[in-house]
Amino acid sequence: MTAASSEIEDRIRERLFSFPKQHFLASGDLNRPEAEALLELGDAFVALNRQKDKTLPLLAGRTLVNLFFENSTRTQASFELAAKRLGADVVNMSPQTSSIAKGETLIDTAAALNAMQPDLLVVRHASSGAAALLAQKVDGSVVNAGDGQHEHPTQAVLDALSMKRAFGRVEGLTVAICGDVLHSRVARSNVALLQLLGARVRLVAPNTLMPSEAHLWGCEVFDDLKAGIEGCDVVMMLRLQLERMQGGFVPSQREYFRFYGLDREKLAYAKPGARVMHPGPMNRGVEIDSDVADDPQISLIQTQVEMGVAARMAVLAALTARLGNAR
Amino acid sequence: MTSQPTAFINVRIVDPASGYDGPGGVVVRGGVIAEVRKGALGDLSDDLKVIDGGGHVLIPGLVDLRVKTGEPGSETKETLKSASRAAAAGGVTSIVVQPDTDPAVDEPAVVDFILRRARDIELVHVYPAGAATKGCRGEQMAEIGLMHDAGAVYITDADSPIVDSKTFRRVLTYASGFDMVVAHRPVDPWLAKGSSATAGEFAGRFGIPSVPVVAERIMLERDLALAELSKARLLVDQITCADALESLERGKAKGIRAFASCSINHLTFNELDIGAWRTFAKLDPPLRKEADRQALIDALASGLVDIVVSAHAPAPAEDKRLPFNLAAPGSVGLETLLPGLLTLHHEGRIPLIDLIATVTVKPAELIGLKAGRIAKGAPADLVLVDLNAPRLIDADKLLSKSKNSAFDGRRLQGRALKTMVDGRVVFG
Repeated sequence: MTAASSEIEDRIRERLFSFPKQHFLASGDLNRPEAEALLELGDAFVALNRQKDKTLPLLAGRTLVNLFFENSTRTQASFELAAKRLGADVVNMSPQTSSIAKGETLIDTAAALNAMQPDLLVVRHASSGAAALLAQKVDGSVVNAGDGQHEHPTQAVLDALSMKRAFGRVEGLTVAICGDVLHSRVARSNVALLQLLGARVRLVAPNTLMPSEAHLWGCEVFDDLKAGIEGCDVVMMLRLQLERMQGGFVPSQREYFRFYGLDREKLAYAKPGARVMHPGPMNRGVEIDSDVADDPQISLIQTQVEMGVAARMAVLAALTARLGNAR
Repeated sequence: MTSQPTAFINVRIVDPASGYDGPGGVVVRGGVIAEVRKGALGDLSDDLKVIDGGGHVLIPGLVDLRVKTGEPGSETKETLKSASRAAAAGGVTSIVVQPDTDPAVDEPAVVDFILRRARDIELVHVYPAGAATKGCRGEQMAEIGLMHDAGAVYITDADSPIVDSKTFRRVLTYASGFDMVVAHRPVDPWLAKGSSATAGEFAGRFGIPSVPVVAERIMLERDLALAELSKARLLVDQITCADALESLERGKAKGIRAFASCSINHLTFNELDIGAWRTFAKLDPPLRKEADRQALIDALASGLVDIVVSAHAPAPAEDKRLPFNLAAPGSVGLETLLPGLLTLHHEGRIPLIDLIATVTVKPAELIGLKAGRIAKGAPADLVLVDLNAPRLIDADKLLSKSKNSAFDGRRLQGRALKTMVDGRVVFG
C-alpha cells in the first residue's frame, strides 16, 4: 500500500463509528451528531473512491442483499459498488426473479431471506413504510433505499455530503426543493436531514403537487419558482414522473416546463454562485434544461452520483461496525 | 342449549329504554324477560336458577348494526360461528352482518342461508343486512322486498358507495315502501381512490396517499338531499369528521329522516395511532384528526350521532402484514365495543345510561327489533358487566379468527361477565 492510501485508510478508521440503531430507515430517525458523523465518514470514503485501489475490507465476510421491488439501476448499482468496495458479498434480487410476483407477501420474502442470514438488506419498494415492515422481521440491518413516498435516507446523506463539499458547510444554506414534492421521498428525506443540519429549506411546487399542510414541516412554501429560489444557495430539482403529467396533476409537459422547469433565466433569481442538484434520473426539458444540468460551474448532479457511493459506504460501514464480531 | 328460568339478583339495572338506573333484579322465563323488579327484590320462586350479580351492572345485550364476517366466501377471515363467539364474549347479543360477502346477500336465498346458519350455531342473534344493489356493484337494484320478507333488517351496499345518484334515489324510494332503513357510506370514491389515511400533516409527512375529509361531506350532502326527496330513512354509515357532522346537523334540523352511526374506532383513535405504520389502525374510513374525534364524541353526547357500531372487519394476517397502503383496512371490534365505549363513561364524557342507549335500544328501534331493553316481554338478551375491570387488550387472545384489532395493546376498563341470549347463557 502507498503512504497516501494508508493515510486515507487511517482517516476512515478514525471516523468509523458504530451506527446507534439496527436499521437506517429514515433520515428523520437521525440526530445531529449522528448525521454529522455520517458526513465525515462519507467524506473520507470519497478519497478512497478516487484511488486506483478503491477497496477497504470493512465488510469482509458480510452478505448484502439488494432487494429492489421497484427498478432502479443506478441506486442498486451504487449500493452494489459501495458494498463490494467494502468487501461484502452482494446478491441482487428484483421482482422478476423473486416470488413476490407470485403472491408471496413481503413478510414471507423477508422471512425466507432472513433464514439465509444476510447481514445487510437494502430495500426499495413502491409502498411507504415497506422498509420498516421488513425491518421488523429480519435479524440483519435494513437500509431503506426508497419506500413509496416516504423516505430515501441515503439520498439525503449523499445530497448533504455534496453540499458540504461544495460549500464547506450545510448549516446556514438556503435550499429550495422544487417540483413534485407530493410524491417525493427524496424531498421528505432531505427536509428532515437538512433541517437537522441547520439549513433553511423551502419547498416549491404547483399546488397540486404540494402536500397539504406542508407549511407545518418547518419549511417556507412557494407555488412560484422564481420567488421560491430567490436568494437560494442550492436549487434541488425533483423528478416529475411522466405519468403525473398529461392532465393528472399538471396539464402538460410544456406547461410544467414553462412554470417549473429550471433554466438559466429562472436560475438567475437564485444567489450568485448557486448550485443545482437533481437526484436523477432527469427528465431533460421537463423539470430541468440541459443547459443548466450540464454546466459544471452550476450543476452538482455528477457530484451527487459520486457522493452516492461514498455516502452509502459510510452507512454500510457504520451499520456493520454496530454488529462488531457478532454472528 | 335450553333456557332455564333464571333470576339475576343483586344487580344495578341500567336500562336506557325506561330510563331506569338503579338496584334491582330480573326474572327470565321461556327466553323472555318475565319480570323486572326495581329496588327491593322480594321473594323468588323456587324453580329459578339464581345468578348473583355481585352489585355489577345489568344492561340489555348490545345490538351491533355493522359486523362483517367472511361467511359465505372468505371463511378464513371469520365465520358466522367465530363472530358469534366473539360477540357473546363482548356482550353483543345481536349482530347485523354486512351483505358484501361472496356471494353477496342480494337475494332471499342468501338471507335464508345466514339465518339458518345462525339458528344452528345458536349463540347470538344474527341478522343479515340486504344488499341495495346486485353484487353491491351499485348498478341494478337487488331484491329488496323479497329479502325483507326473508328477514333482512336493513339495506346497504356496505363499504361501496352507490355512485349513481339515480340508482341511489331509487333504492331509497323503493326501500321506503317496505319501511326499510337504507345505510350508505358517505364517501366520494374519486377523491378517496388509492388513499389510506386522512389528508393533513401526518399523512403528508409520512408520504401516505390520503383523502381529504370533504370526501365524506360531499357524499353526505347528496345522500341527505336524496333522503329528503324520497322521504326515506337514511342511516349514515360511520360518520367520522366535524365537517360532515355540520351537514348532518343541518339535515336533521330540516326534518330529514337521517340517522347516523359512528364506529368505536373513530371514537377511540385518531390518525396518530397509525404511528409507525400500524396496519391494524388502517381503517375505512381512515382515522381522522383529534379535533374530529372530539367533535364525534360531542355529537354522540348530544344525540346528533345516534348509534355506535363495532365496524367489526376481520382481516387475516396475510392481508394486514403488508406495507401500509397495500394492507386491508378494518379492525375487529366485537369484543372491544363495550369496553371501548365505557372509556367515555370513565372519562366522564357521556353518562352511562346515554352511552348504553347508543348500542342497545337506539339501534334496535332503528331497525325494528324488540331487543335492546330490559322490559317485561322483551327477549332475555342481557349482559352482566363489570364496569371497572382493568384489561390490557391482547389481539392474539381475541376470539375472532382474525386478530386485527386496532385496540391491540390498549388498556381499557370494563368487561362482560355473563352474556345471555333468549334466556340462554352464551358466555360467562
